[in-house]
Amino acid sequence: MHRLLSRVLDALLLLWLVTTITFALIHLAPGDPATLLISPTASADEAARQRTALGLDAPLPMQYARWIGDVLRGELGVSLVRAEPVTRVIAEALPVSLFLGGVSLLASFVIGTLLGMLQALRVSRRADRAITAITTAIYAAPSFWLALAMVTLFTSGVVWLGLPASMRLPAFGMQDPAADPSAIGWVDRWRHAVLPLLVLSLPGAAGVSRFARRSLRDAANAPHVQAAYARGLTRGAVERAHVLRNALTPLVVLFGLTLPGVIAGSVFVEQVFAWPGLGRTMLSAIAARDYPVVLGLTLVYAGAVVTANALADVILLRLDPRRRTS
Amino acid sequence: MRRTSPWATGVLMAMTLAALLVPALASDGARDIGDVLASRLVPPFSRDGRGVWHLLGTDAFGRDLLVRVWTGARISLGVGVTGSALSGVLGIVLGAIAGWRGGLADRAIVALGDALLAIPRLVLLLVIASLWGPGLGVVITVLGLTGWMSVMRLVRADVQGVRGLAYVEGAHALGVPTWRVLRRHVLPNAMSGALVAITLGVGNAIVLESGLSFLGLGIQPPASSWGNMIAGGREWLLVAPWIALVPGVLLVITVVACTVVGEALGDDRAKDTPR
Repeated sequence: MHRLLSRVLDALLLLWLVTTITFALIHLAPGDPATLLISPTASADEAARQRTALGLDAPLPMQYARWIGDVLRGELGVSLVRAEPVTRVIAEALPVSLFLGGVSLLASFVIGTLLGMLQALRVSRRADRAITAITTAIYAAPSFWLALAMVTLFTSGVVWLGLPASMRLPAFGMQDPAADPSAIGWVDRWRHAVLPLLVLSLPGAAGVSRFARRSLRDAANAPHVQAAYARGLTRGAVERAHVLRNALTPLVVLFGLTLPGVIAGSVFVEQVFAWPGLGRTMLSAIAARDYPVVLGLTLVYAGAVVTANALADVILLRLDPRRRTS
Repeated sequence: MRRTSPWATGVLMAMTLAALLVPALASDGARDIGDVLASRLVPPFSRDGRGVWHLLGTDAFGRDLLVRVWTGARISLGVGVTGSALSGVLGIVLGAIAGWRGGLADRAIVALGDALLAIPRLVLLLVIASLWGPGLGVVITVLGLTGWMSVMRLVRADVQGVRGLAYVEGAHALGVPTWRVLRRHVLPNAMSGALVAITLGVGNAIVLESGLSFLGLGIQPPASSWGNMIAGGREWLLVAPWIALVPGVLLVITVVACTVVGEALGDDRAKDTPR
């Protein structure tokens, strides 16, 4: 209990630090934020009035105190471009990113773990090396390039390879723009979702399989596993009771650590496939210098990371009795 | 460096050599635009209208992709190595201070590292690169400032491990100045871990640079880096997919080679350290 409390305090301290760093970044950047926000054609009076309205005339410590106070009350300010509360801008984009991230995270872990198990426990050494070479390459590929490669493969590639036309997939957007919005079916939505989900899941599954393979290998080589075989237990029984159990603990932790990637990981994929999620919101906010949105999103990202880290710690504590005493 | 993967090291050396030689030996430069209509969008392994043969084809302005890819490699590889080295130096210095001094300095450095790790690195890069404006210097600095945390943690742990050992105390007792004890007796123990992290960081830095450049926040055209070449090829994807795909293939090969070398170094280190 004491551990849990100190963990929560650590997390809060970390969030405060992140908030301060982001605030400092914006104000350390060359140029007065006001010059970005106030129309260059505004008269001097108008500019001064807007400066006061935006709270930019206050001394820096005051602005900092106000920003912290707003954050504590759950207010992230107002988007300068869309004139809407930042919380609403984020809330609108969040479901898109959660869908992309959630489905691909699940797919990554299911496929990755199974592949890792296959590599570590079942296939020949040569097959194992071949699979590792492929997963290493996929894991190394930047997601935006992988996205373009997949688009090529599933549009013009289908034609060149002489595959059935039904395999051609829509390369952009969330639904057919020409169709009647009320009549868009699930088939059309899922066809639009295949490529973004594929591009997000492939590197995810590759990374998880590399991790799972290593962790299973280590677990399978432990002395107590040899001892179990020596006692005459069957392969299946040993693998279930002694190998998988030990090897899956680090995977659970990895799952916790990957959770924040659910919302941050899809920046490039949302950009390439034109899905209006958090990543795309971030990019357009950066392009438009909409700094309340940038600050707000950074906080949301950091909050997710800190929460997920704390969660992973707690899960690890429950799964691994050795850690409770240390 | 006894048991590193020979082919991965070879690939990296060959790439460096090609990046240095190909643009220098090419007859036309990476930015020269000649007879556009006769030479644009030539597929790989074919001749353009003037009969010039292009191994990797040409882009929308008729520029030879082979020359452009290796000119871009100079920037991509250069940014990857310097960015990772910068974060390595920063991590070694901060890790040494934190591990050696302990106390408030240690807690401040660790807290700063944790806070920076809490913001996804890509987001941090995007924010900083957009606020300070795109460009080569900004990209390298930003990569350095956002990548030192893992090196710092490794060096800090290693320094803490040897700080109290007899030979370090012995050096102290002999009156050796602190910085010299650090440099001669403490830091060499931390170097192998830092080197592994820096090597793995090169591939990471190359991917991040290409991402920033892809979004238009990194290296600006007409200078070519693999990232902005991929971005430039995007609008020709359905007509001439090789423009976007070729630089990415090189990028993947480079990152895999860095990972293999880094992991081999890491395995080497794991064997050296008794448990």
